[in-house]
Amino acid sequence: MERDPAAAEEPGSPGRRRRRRRRGDGRTRVVRSNLLPPPGVEDPAAGATKGARRRRRGGAQHLADNRLKTTKYTLLSFLPKNLFEQFHRLANVYFVFIALLNFVPAVNAFQPGLALAPVLFILAVTAFKDLWEDYSRHRSDHEINHLGCLVFSREEKQYVNRFWKEIRVGDFVRLRCNEIIPADILLLSSSDPDGLCHIETANLDGETNLKRRQVVRGFSELVSDLILPGYPGHHVHKVSEFNPLMFTSVIECEKPNNDLTRFRGCMIHDNGKKAGLYKENLLLRGCTIRNTEAVVGIVIYAGHETKALLNNSGPRYKRSQLERQMNCDVLWCVLLLICMSLFSAVGHGLWVRRYQEKKSLFDVPESDGSSLSPVTAAVYSFLTMIIVLQVLIPISLYVSIEIVKVCQVYFIHQDTELYDEETDSQLQCRALNITEDLGQIQYIFSDKTGTLTENKMVFRRCTVSGIEYSHDANAQRLARYQEADSEEEEAVPRGGSLPQRGSVGSHQSVRVMHRSQSTKSHRRTGSRAEAKRASMLSKHTAFSSPMEKDITPDPKLFDKVSECDRCLAITRHQEHPLAHLSPELSDVFDFFIALTICNTVVVTSPDQPRQKVRVRFEVKSPVKTIEDFLRRFSPSRLTSGCSSIGSLATSKAAHKSGSNFLSTLPNDSTLFKLEERLGQPAAAIASNGYSSGAASWAPEHTAQEQKLELEQEQERELRYEAESPDEAALVYAARAYNCALVDRLHDQVSVELPHLGRLTFELLHTLGFDSIRKRMSVVIRHPLTDEINVYTKGADSVVMDLLLPCSSDDARGRHQKKIRSKTQNYLNLYAVEGLRTLCIAKRVLSEEEYACWLQNHLEAESSLDNREELLFQSAIRLETNLHLLGATGIEDRLQDGVPETIAKLRQAGLQIWVLTGDKQETAINIAYACKLLDHDEEVITLNAESQEACAALLDQCLHYVQSRIPCSTPEKTAGNVSVGFSPVCPPSTSTTSGPSLSLVIDGRSLAYALEKNLEDKFLFLAKQCRSVLCCRSTPLQKSMVVKLVRSKLKAMTLAIGDGANDVSMIQVADVGVGISGQEGMQAVMASDFAVPRFRYLERLLIVHGHWCYSRLANMVLYFFYKNTMFVGLLFWFQFYCGFSASAMIDQWYLIFFNLLFSSLPQLVTGVLDKDVPAEVLLTEPQLYKSGQNMEEYRPRTFWLNMADAAFQSLVCFFIPYLAYYDSDTDVFTWGTPITAIALFTFLLHLGIETKTWVRAVGMIPGSADAAGPTLPGRFHDI
Amino acid sequence: MAMNYNAKDEVDGGPQCPPGGPAKNRRPDNTAFKQQRLPAWQPILTAGTVLPTFFIIGLIFIPIGIGIFVTSNNIREIEIDYTGTDPSSPCNKCLSPNATPCYCTINFTLEQSFEGNVFMYYGLSNFYQNHRRYVKSRDDSQLNGDSSALLNPSKECEPYRRNEDKPIAPCGAIANSMFNDTLELFLVGNESYPTPIPLKKKGIAWWTDKNVKFRNPSGGESLKERFKGTTKPVNWVKPVYMLDSEPDNNGFINEDFIVWMRTAALPTFRKLYRLIERKSDLHPTLPAGRYYLNITYNYPVHSFDGRKRMILSTISWMGGKNPFLGIAYIAIGSISFLLGVVLLVINHKYRNSSNTADITI
Repeated sequence: MERDPAAAEEPGSPGRRRRRRRRGDGRTRVVRSNLLPPPGVEDPAAGATKGARRRRRGGAQHLADNRLKTTKYTLLSFLPKNLFEQFHRLANVYFVFIALLNFVPAVNAFQPGLALAPVLFILAVTAFKDLWEDYSRHRSDHEINHLGCLVFSREEKQYVNRFWKEIRVGDFVRLRCNEIIPADILLLSSSDPDGLCHIETANLDGETNLKRRQVVRGFSELVSDLILPGYPGHHVHKVSEFNPLMFTSVIECEKPNNDLTRFRGCMIHDNGKKAGLYKENLLLRGCTIRNTEAVVGIVIYAGHETKALLNNSGPRYKRSQLERQMNCDVLWCVLLLICMSLFSAVGHGLWVRRYQEKKSLFDVPESDGSSLSPVTAAVYSFLTMIIVLQVLIPISLYVSIEIVKVCQVYFIHQDTELYDEETDSQLQCRALNITEDLGQIQYIFSDKTGTLTENKMVFRRCTVSGIEYSHDANAQRLARYQEADSEEEEAVPRGGSLPQRGSVGSHQSVRVMHRSQSTKSHRRTGSRAEAKRASMLSKHTAFSSPMEKDITPDPKLFDKVSECDRCLAITRHQEHPLAHLSPELSDVFDFFIALTICNTVVVTSPDQPRQKVRVRFEVKSPVKTIEDFLRRFSPSRLTSGCSSIGSLATSKAAHKSGSNFLSTLPNDSTLFKLEERLGQPAAAIASNGYSSGAASWAPEHTAQEQKLELEQEQERELRYEAESPDEAALVYAARAYNCALVDRLHDQVSVELPHLGRLTFELLHTLGFDSIRKRMSVVIRHPLTDEINVYTKGADSVVMDLLLPCSSDDARGRHQKKIRSKTQNYLNLYAVEGLRTLCIAKRVLSEEEYACWLQNHLEAESSLDNREELLFQSAIRLETNLHLLGATGIEDRLQDGVPETIAKLRQAGLQIWVLTGDKQETAINIAYACKLLDHDEEVITLNAESQEACAALLDQCLHYVQSRIPCSTPEKTAGNVSVGFSPVCPPSTSTTSGPSLSLVIDGRSLAYALEKNLEDKFLFLAKQCRSVLCCRSTPLQKSMVVKLVRSKLKAMTLAIGDGANDVSMIQVADVGVGISGQEGMQAVMASDFAVPRFRYLERLLIVHGHWCYSRLANMVLYFFYKNTMFVGLLFWFQFYCGFSASAMIDQWYLIFFNLLFSSLPQLVTGVLDKDVPAEVLLTEPQLYKSGQNMEEYRPRTFWLNMADAAFQSLVCFFIPYLAYYDSDTDVFTWGTPITAIALFTFLLHLGIETKTWVRAVGMIPGSADAAGPTLPGRFHDI
Repeated sequence: MAMNYNAKDEVDGGPQCPPGGPAKNRRPDNTAFKQQRLPAWQPILTAGTVLPTFFIIGLIFIPIGIGIFVTSNNIREIEIDYTGTDPSSPCNKCLSPNATPCYCTINFTLEQSFEGNVFMYYGLSNFYQNHRRYVKSRDDSQLNGDSSALLNPSKECEPYRRNEDKPIAPCGAIANSMFNDTLELFLVGNESYPTPIPLKKKGIAWWTDKNVKFRNPSGGESLKERFKGTTKPVNWVKPVYMLDSEPDNNGFINEDFIVWMRTAALPTFRKLYRLIERKSDLHPTLPAGRYYLNITYNYPVHSFDGRKRMILSTISWMGGKNPFLGIAYIAIGSISFLLGVVLLVINHKYRNSSNTADITI
């Protein structure tokens, strides 16, 4: 009966399909199962051969297949395509043109074949390089294409092994745990009873936490609907077993795009029902399946249309400033060449006119006996001169520069000083051709969080219900990390074998011991070294260093939490358990519940890495179908209230209520626990051998004392995988107060408390965090009160505005008001301390309110157009009238060496701007902490509410700044300007004549300041300031600031950041640096260089940047020098050969001069020379300024260099000229010594230019000499 | 002084890789090459290094220069211009084109005797033998005796490739413009009979040219037969196989021809014409006295303002007479020495004002 719909659809399907596709070409893609029998194939079994299958598939859907092809060429197309690409380079065209000119007899200077040799050589080398690269790409493609995976075969009616490349859109793929996803797959079925699947996206974005994916909502019900009756007795016990043959729905989704965070579409079932498809349903290519035994999905995008590949834009090509300048100088050389040729053409014309009519013996007429007119002769001479003097344009320059840069990148890559032990990563150079730009940076734009700071969020202190808990012990603990850090610097390098380090397992057991003893033991673990090691061991789990995990609780608060716990344990069965608590205690309790559950943290267990802890307990006969479900647990609570609840809503709510029922079922707390124990093995079996946790629950354990077990369970190491470090920090903090998150499923969250035991909250909704709302919420049903609660966590500025307005009439309202103002004060205090603040709030919803909201929300969720907007509205409706519980302060510690690095970079003449999304106070504090701001400098703060105000403020500041520069009377000027300054730091009037200035500007003012009419003023002001701090700036603003500085000040900019919000800034800057930190890899993917930590920037710029710049600049100059000097020799000769474009140097030398006779030595110097040793560069950062000011290579140096070359060529020409004047030497006997002299001069010049003589450098010119001509004796004939 | 820095932290640089740590460690190798710590010598210019260098250069160059200069001055050389532009010159009559053949005689006196082997050159001025088209106008394979090239010379020889449908041997403008004056030298001496000075024709070309590069075509008994089917260059009076009577100095391997074919580097040049070999140790090769030069004047250079000279010269270990190199050495040496002195004075005067031990120059 299941076949019927498919069969019925068949006759009409070709037409429909075509129609669909035409529409699909516009906006959407339509995917349908490949297993539907296509029209015209009578016997599907006959088409089992590969060819037939391909034909059928090809006919069905001509969408991209999963074959990966990153190669550019095929065997046939290589030569034409590669040549075509190479001729995009102007230089190549030029050289070929010159070589071809030799084939014109009237102007040829060299043997035509020989003249082609060098350009052919260059082309061949480049072609070979391209070929090699293409071949390695082909090999890796081949490897990936031939990975295997299980694809459902129509013929065999089961999953068969196929290569990745054979997967087509519409195929059904079955993936097992730890398999890599071969294409973008829509998740249709999971072995997980909840229809969940976890994936690790490290390959894609570097984020190491698990992400949750979900079977298409409403689909699992439908499938069970369809399948189970159809196949009675077939895999009955497996709810999720899914038969692809039954899949007849049509999927409509977006065209392939590269947005990893977005996927929209819908699935149209046969019965006309639509189900929305979201990002949560899509498994992305390149990710790894974790924690899920098996999943089945249908391929939506394959091959090059997958999001992973669309995101992979390949290596970036940037042109460095030096190269731009060099190109300009190459043009000068061309001009020079033309001038020289023109000069000698005129000379030749005159010469011809002078000697022609005189019947000179050496005049060679044309082949027909006539003689050339002087003008024609001049034209010919001009062309020939261009050929002869072509050496002036260095043919090998581009190739040499590329070689040198690759070597420089190699050396930067190999520097152990840039290796970070903690993360086992070294610096990555992602852009190969801008190494020398590192030596010329003038402005650094830095992100704050994760770049200057560690992005290791540590819970620092909190305030609950208006009372502040300072967590002094915790502060001491953090201080100890710092101390241990500095001690460890000396201890570890010496310290041999680190005896306590054993295997991973033993280390874990040590950890458990610590936890079970007392909080005192934290002192022992408080060593940074151990933290490092631990993080190396558990590297794949983000945000879990001991420093972040082991929070020392504040004793007062700890007591209060325990009291709550005890009280509630006693009163939990009464009508309103929470009512027995004082408002304060109830707030404390709610506060911790919110900390624990208001997040998206996934719990895993370490003993079986990447296995979800599954302690779901189930009733004796497990619920199998939705009918079953509905039958058993009627939706009692939703009978009243809104009458118009849609059917989907009902079923969902009913579904939820089921699990809620389970959690509220046990009546006695001890009974509850016992049941749980008993339930676990069953659960383990029920979930298809999910053995996590079950191993420790072997039968004999039940005989042991319960208390011990309890303790053990409590101390069992749980690992929290959070999407952001803040979340993890808060969950760890709550755990320190014995309020531990133990389990999170998609519809329930379990919290373990010492007395209350396990509380399971029914999770009704999670409204995820987004940067517009700046908050997240969870909607839960409270197991104790059975109320529907909303817990909201968010930025203080947002949450404070959403609070329930409290009347000041009654005592309660006044109390609330007081609490709020106190909390606000504490928040300000936290901000001043540089802590990140979050507010926690709660709202109690009545059933009716909830039902109403739910209906709206479900509509919003299932709507296809402007779903985001509707969801946003829906979230706003929910997150209002909140009751403030408290606030937290999280510390984001500065990275090691940040203040020192900033100081060094400052000395090196770099301007550092910090662009952050954080609030102003926090940002200023961090800026003080990392010495970006100094206490004795003036801080100008720009906070404007409107465009006009901003303009006025800017004018005021400019006025102040300008008046300050010429006359050193700050007292007078400061007075009339201070109006514009915020009270954060009033302008100092007492200090010496000129304290340096700093500018702080917030996001809103920045938006005004970046307007066209104000940007010049803003820039002028910013230029006067030693440092600039932009707070609350959006990613777009960050990039606009960089763009502004780059375009207006014509400065070299570097942007450094670690998160997705820095990507645009990194892309805009001349040099983008990504920090391969904890916030994923987006920044690194967009960057040119990726460093593990901020402090490596110092060495990268000051040492390597300087070296690369000076090496390359010297090499480029040397190239120009060498060629000019060589050409000079030829040019002077023209004066003695009637400007006839004759050459005294043999054509072989001329043609291979650049390639063979003078290419190697400067390559070696370009790679290895060091003008200043690294230690000196680091101690004297001022040396960096030479690169900033382009001292090594600027127009003046270029022309000086050219003049030097001209002088040297004069000497090299005229000494032999005078020595051989009126002698019997012939052209080449005279020219070859000149060549030799010139080559020796080159080497000598290079030797003088070389700052550091490494033995290897000395040897290589030696080998070049051997290739050079030998000096012939003057009188060979005697 | 020069500074040395070495790979000092070679062994104990950085913490060791933790034993039994994670298997894959991406730490780069700590080798001197990869860490750019190769032992290196960084020359830094200080007074201590620069001053001695100047003095040493001066002290070496000045004696060399003096040596070369003295040697050059000891070379005897006499140059006689016989172009005949001057109306008083005996060769003036040969300037008119219709006076062929034209003979003229020039008297000259050697003040000092010439010892050792004496070389007789003819010198041409303002003669652009290095002109691009002129230099190319030859066929080397024809000159090497290649029989196919003999009858079918290279296109490079145009327009001196064929004459009256016969290939020209040797083809090209260089051969066509070969120097064809004949010079004879007579010592007047005390007696009334002038003694002819024996002039050696052979041994004036490079050995490789005579034996490798230039070869007569093979086949045929006599040279004339071998050159059968070719014609003489337009300007020549006699064909190539009649350049000389001796068979091993005839045809392409005629040494005068070979010398001419080696194109000169500069428009003013000389070419070896004859050798005057030393007779014995006792008598000078050319004793002091009066001589006269008999010239068969064929070569027209006056039309393009050229000059013709006859040069007699002895040689030394460093070649012919050329004072330039000696003077250049002396000049450079003196400048260097002077600079050294000046810098020494400066250094001495200002050293104390600066705290650093050495002034970087």
